[in-house]
Amino acid sequence: MCLAIPAQVVEIDDVSDSGTVALGPVRKRISLALVDDVSVGDFVLIHVGYALNKISPEEAERTLALFGEAELVEELAAAPGGGAT
Amino acid sequence: MSVKAKRFPQRLNIRSGTIDMTHGSGGRAMAQLIEELFVTHFDNDLLRQANDQAAFDVPAGRLVMSTDGHVISPLFFPGGDIGSLSVHGTLNDVAMAGARPLYLSSGFILEEGFPLADLERIVISMAAAAKRAGVPVVTGDTKVVERGKGDGVFITTTGVGIVPKGVNISGDRARPGDAILVSGSIGDHGVAIMSSRENLTFETTIESDSAALHKLVASMVEAVPDIHCLRDPTRGGLATTLNELALQSGVGMQLTEDAIPVRPAVSAACELLGLDPLYIANEGKLICICAPADAQRLLAVMRADPLGAEAAIIGEVIEDAHGFVRMQTGFGGSRVVDWLTGEQLPRIC
Amino acid sequence: MKYVDEFRRQDLAKKVSRAIHNEVDRGRRYNLMEFCGGHTHAIFRYGVQDLMPDNVRFVHGPGCPVCVLPVGRIDNAIQLAQQHDVILCTYGDMLRVPGSGRKSLLKIKAEGADVRMVYSTQDALKIARDNPGREVVFFAIGFETTTPPTAVAIRQAQAEGLKNFSVFCNHVLTPAAIQNILESPEVREIGSVLIDGFFGPSHVSSVIGSQPYEFFAEEFQRPVVIAGFEPLDVMQSALMLIRQLNEGRHDVENEYTRVVSRDGNRKAKALVAEVFELRRSFEWRGLGLVPYSALRIKSAYAGFDTEKRFDVPAIQASDVKGCECPSILRGVKKPTDCKLFGTVCTPENPMGSCMVSSEGACAAYWTYGRFRDQATAREASA
Ligand code: SF4
Repeated sequence: MCLAIPAQVVEIDDVSDSGTVALGPVRKRISLALVDDVSVGDFVLIHVGYALNKISPEEAERTLALFGEAELVEELAAAPGGGAT
Repeated sequence: MSVKAKRFPQRLNIRSGTIDMTHGSGGRAMAQLIEELFVTHFDNDLLRQANDQAAFDVPAGRLVMSTDGHVISPLFFPGGDIGSLSVHGTLNDVAMAGARPLYLSSGFILEEGFPLADLERIVISMAAAAKRAGVPVVTGDTKVVERGKGDGVFITTTGVGIVPKGVNISGDRARPGDAILVSGSIGDHGVAIMSSRENLTFETTIESDSAALHKLVASMVEAVPDIHCLRDPTRGGLATTLNELALQSGVGMQLTEDAIPVRPAVSAACELLGLDPLYIANEGKLICICAPADAQRLLAVMRADPLGAEAAIIGEVIEDAHGFVRMQTGFGGSRVVDWLTGEQLPRIC
Repeated sequence: MKYVDEFRRQDLAKKVSRAIHNEVDRGRRYNLMEFCGGHTHAIFRYGVQDLMPDNVRFVHGPGCPVCVLPVGRIDNAIQLAQQHDVILCTYGDMLRVPGSGRKSLLKIKAEGADVRMVYSTQDALKIARDNPGREVVFFAIGFETTTPPTAVAIRQAQAEGLKNFSVFCNHVLTPAAIQNILESPEVREIGSVLIDGFFGPSHVSSVIGSQPYEFFAEEFQRPVVIAGFEPLDVMQSALMLIRQLNEGRHDVENEYTRVVSRDGNRKAKALVAEVFELRRSFEWRGLGLVPYSALRIKSAYAGFDTEKRFDVPAIQASDVKGCECPSILRGVKKPTDCKLFGTVCTPENPMGSCMVSSEGACAAYWTYGRFRDQATAREASA
């Protein structure tokens, strides 16, 4: 449930608490009423025309690194000696 | 014919005039509309004869005839309008038999109050499309409905064409092992339309792919006369059209998601609205199914045409009692690609 | 698209898949329930099951707000549009859901009712502004994710003094539903359905945070991993659940850290608390009456509450006979267990809500997973 999609903030209008986000080559006007401290360049999660949350670039990197790490565990396990260090 | 000027003492007020019931009544107002708008722009010998029909000789061969009603909102959209669309749509339907289109007819249903300026814009665009295609609009009809009983303008076009000897293209000819080709990126038309609908406003540079494909088809048929199936994936998109073909031929299909061309803006818009590009309409693309040995040659011919520059082989026909269209996903799994159900509505979940 | 494409990479999927295959205990089964339709959708659309070992099974839960809305509430909306001559605005998802007598909002629209699809509550406000002479009702559905935008709209309507705008509130709460599933006798009874672990909602959690799940993990001794909606997120979360189960743990873990924190979105939560309050109980399709599982509009905003402005009777409407949605929503049955599945009930002609929403278990099975049926049937009879 809850289709939501990451997009980058490219414009902020403080008066109406809204902004424009870019999703690749597509732009859309959205409300920023539900998030604090958003700056141009931030990535936010868009749901029904509202930014729901900011996306943390550091955490995204960390999660992506986990996918690679899964294999590391596997390689260690497959190595002779069961990966004992 | 110097009488003409006297018949209509005042020229049509295109700038600020609107359609009224008299424009469909068969009287002088209708004659004027036809003469000053339709005949002026569609201008060709057959139409100028001002008969209720067009009579012409046809070359030997199998005659193809196809008709298509066009209703679209909005009438003007990025990359086209209902006028050019109504020409391309019918030309493509004729061309999908491998035929060379010869003539078009057009029927207009106009709503009372429709601005003449918009009508002129549509007619000019239609005439230009017909001219580019080299296929004249040789006969037509105009009716006016009361305000509220139409959506501005509906256009029905009919086309006739000739199939070259030795060509037998039909939706029931797909055989296991055949290659499936698409002539370019999918979903452009549908996304362009959605981007211009009032309540879904998003901005994108995507334009409708609306185009006449008969010249592309002519070079394909010339290179490989034994093409098995051709079809343009309009409403329901690529997915629905492939399912139609699978059903008609009693076969299954296996697609490769990564091979299907989709523009970044189309995928982005689809992500935003929760839609799947496979189900989005196209107006200038075709699907071709041919023997595996012919696939590379056809691909080369298609890519040599600007309308097929991004052509790709996207899968193969397989044996399948259920007639399923399956797809290897870009992620590495597999799924069924079903018919479109209902209308593609943007979703929140 | 950043934060989308990299979470769908095939090379990474292969890595995670290999890790899962390495780490599963061949001697046991892993029944993992994804509460959210978003996960169901990702699993089917990307073919995630193909990358999983046979003994890891996805159990589809009730996490689609369209699927769980009881027929009576849809009938209410239909009545509002037909009898009170309002402009009824709602999200695209709701239009095709059948109410009683196979009526739907789309059908009554065809009959002349003024039903309009909106993409955002902002669109509904605009319709109200543009039509001052008409009553505009926003038929609000959704979980915690979709509730804050409704709260914003109500506050905005008040600030603008919009007199013709109201909200027919059907917002429901996820934790209450999860608890209800875990407490249901079928799930507790050993031997019938086993749910070994949960994928926690992604976007619901982005609002409420991971903290509310701590209670379940503890009380029901089941691991919960909050999972993003991209297919790699689902696989990585499955791996995390498998690890917990192998180690005999039942913690709340968070795979979707790029969006979800322990506390969630405080601003959104505060707005919701300002405008809404708990209903004592609310009917969920499939789960029945679930205590404290939905929200209603506070009396301070009564002017914007459709249920106060119009007569909205409680309608007791039953599901189509033979429809197994109730059991399917609890994960007790599979779509293929329903006699109507694929015969009488198809997406063109849905009998139950699970077939309507593209995230409903029946629709997802039908659309993406049917070709697996033969294999599944063989496996089941073996
Ligand atoms: S297949 Fe149709 S009738 Fe059967 S449970 Fe699913 S929605 Fe209900």
